[in-house]
Amino acid sequence: MLAELDVRAAQLALDFPILAQPTSLGKRLAFLDSAASSQKPRSVIDALVHYYEHDNANIHRGVYELAERATAAFEAAREKVARFVNAAEPAEIIWTRNTTEGINLVSYTWGLQHLGPGDAIVTSQLEHHSNLVPWQLLAAKTGAELRFIEVDADGCYLLGDLEAKLRGAKLVALSHVSNTLGTIAPLEVLIPAAHAAGAVVLIDGAQSAPHFPVDVRALDVDFFAASGHKMCGPTGIGFLYGKRKLLESMPPFLTGGDMIRTVAYEDTTFNEIPWKFEAGTSNIADAVGLGAAVDYLDSVGMEWIAEHERALTAYALERLAAFEGRGLVIYGPKDRAQRSGVISFNFADIHAHDLATILDTEGVCIRAGHHCTMPLMEKMGWPATARASFYLYNTERDVDQLVTALEKAAKVFRLP
Amino acid sequence: MDDLYKEYILDHYRQPRNFGHLDAPTAVAEDLNPLCGDRIRFELLVDDGKVTDIRFSGQGCAISQASASMLTENLKGMSLEDVARLPKEAVLENVGIGISPARIKCATLGLKVAKSAALGEIARWPDEEPSENGRSK
Repeated sequence: MLAELDVRAAQLALDFPILAQPTSLGKRLAFLDSAASSQKPRSVIDALVHYYEHDNANIHRGVYELAERATAAFEAAREKVARFVNAAEPAEIIWTRNTTEGINLVSYTWGLQHLGPGDAIVTSQLEHHSNLVPWQLLAAKTGAELRFIEVDADGCYLLGDLEAKLRGAKLVALSHVSNTLGTIAPLEVLIPAAHAAGAVVLIDGAQSAPHFPVDVRALDVDFFAASGHKMCGPTGIGFLYGKRKLLESMPPFLTGGDMIRTVAYEDTTFNEIPWKFEAGTSNIADAVGLGAAVDYLDSVGMEWIAEHERALTAYALERLAAFEGRGLVIYGPKDRAQRSGVISFNFADIHAHDLATILDTEGVCIRAGHHCTMPLMEKMGWPATARASFYLYNTERDVDQLVTALEKAAKVFRLP
Repeated sequence: MDDLYKEYILDHYRQPRNFGHLDAPTAVAEDLNPLCGDRIRFELLVDDGKVTDIRFSGQGCAISQASASMLTENLKGMSLEDVARLPKEAVLENVGIGISPARIKCATLGLKVAKSAALGEIARWPDEEPSENGRSK
């Protein structure tokens, strides 16, 4: 089974021109940092070039053919993303720059509108700074209390006091998958509990939307934010899903052109959703590129991607376990059903940055540091970790290359 | 890679010199490299405008910690003005060749902190002409 998955992944890797490029030292590239940003398939690169060569014009107002084509491509991409996450309609998808902007949009609109003293914002100890800092600021501005659902030493949710944590909660904001530990949040428990407590739920989907099927209606999530660049799309484009009723009730975020219906010198009426939240000329080309990325992911199959990453992660965990006697420590959930394709680790007394530097000389790209989760690292007592993360184009050969590079690191650092 | 992680770098990383704290330091500074979380603190004992004792503490990668450790050995006996004027090359030479642009900040963090401690102390000196004990503004 694994062999079949691996053969297909190796074929898919050929769709990504950058992966065929050797490093300056002539090493084969083993790109194991897709949790930071994924590589782009040829079809996405082509879609960007095609847009600029054939369709480029400003959208929504032009009456000439080019403008109509650009508008159609832009809105078709929105429909693709809506289908991809199973939104009820394309109007529930708002273009943003990235997950961070989607979260800030909710904070500055719905958050400022609804939160006040005595209310609580509930998040977890696992969050990326992008799903923490906006809530710290919102709490400071509104007098709301910020609470954290705790996690254990493996980064698994502790749900014993969930009911108490959710008392008085108006907003629950959680990452679907932890970018540092790969923990998959138990949303099947958390979302109904949050709703029962009367809270609105926002999910940071930056690490889930690229890697397994997401159905916003089955999850019954109120807001869901994700980034295009982590899911084979261009940088600078992301999306925020919101339920129509919520989006309609919210004030605009940024204001200016395109988000208006009528403007007089004295006042303004706003456009309908989703355009109410898209002030100024949008990132049209990259939205079209993200549409192409979604087409690509659909053609590969999200179920297949999830299965492949599970198998590859299991293979990597086995290979890394062979180093445990020499001081390699793997972090994150022990139960493989609770973790995605992200492996954080440290190797003896080699600092994660030194490890990443040595691995780089073997063509292996990993992330090292605090992964934008400084409070989590502080809680766990880890100054830094190394992180390998997988995607649809990674193969056993990439993992084997990681293992070879770890042997080199052991040699460079004169480990026994 | 063996160019960067030479035996003496690993030696300073694993057995840092002048590591710890002074009882009554004259000048103290600390800083971190937010990119990687490397953290370094320098404590200087100053007498007659010169560094007479020194300790550093912190955590981080081999490059930042070894560079800081080697720097402590260079600074003893040096005047604060000279410490404040030390160029980056001083520590880059200690570390040796092979530093990539992404890691230069690691190699120079200790120097940045030591200079900041020296400059902080110089700023506290009374505003006067150079005196007999050698101190100057």
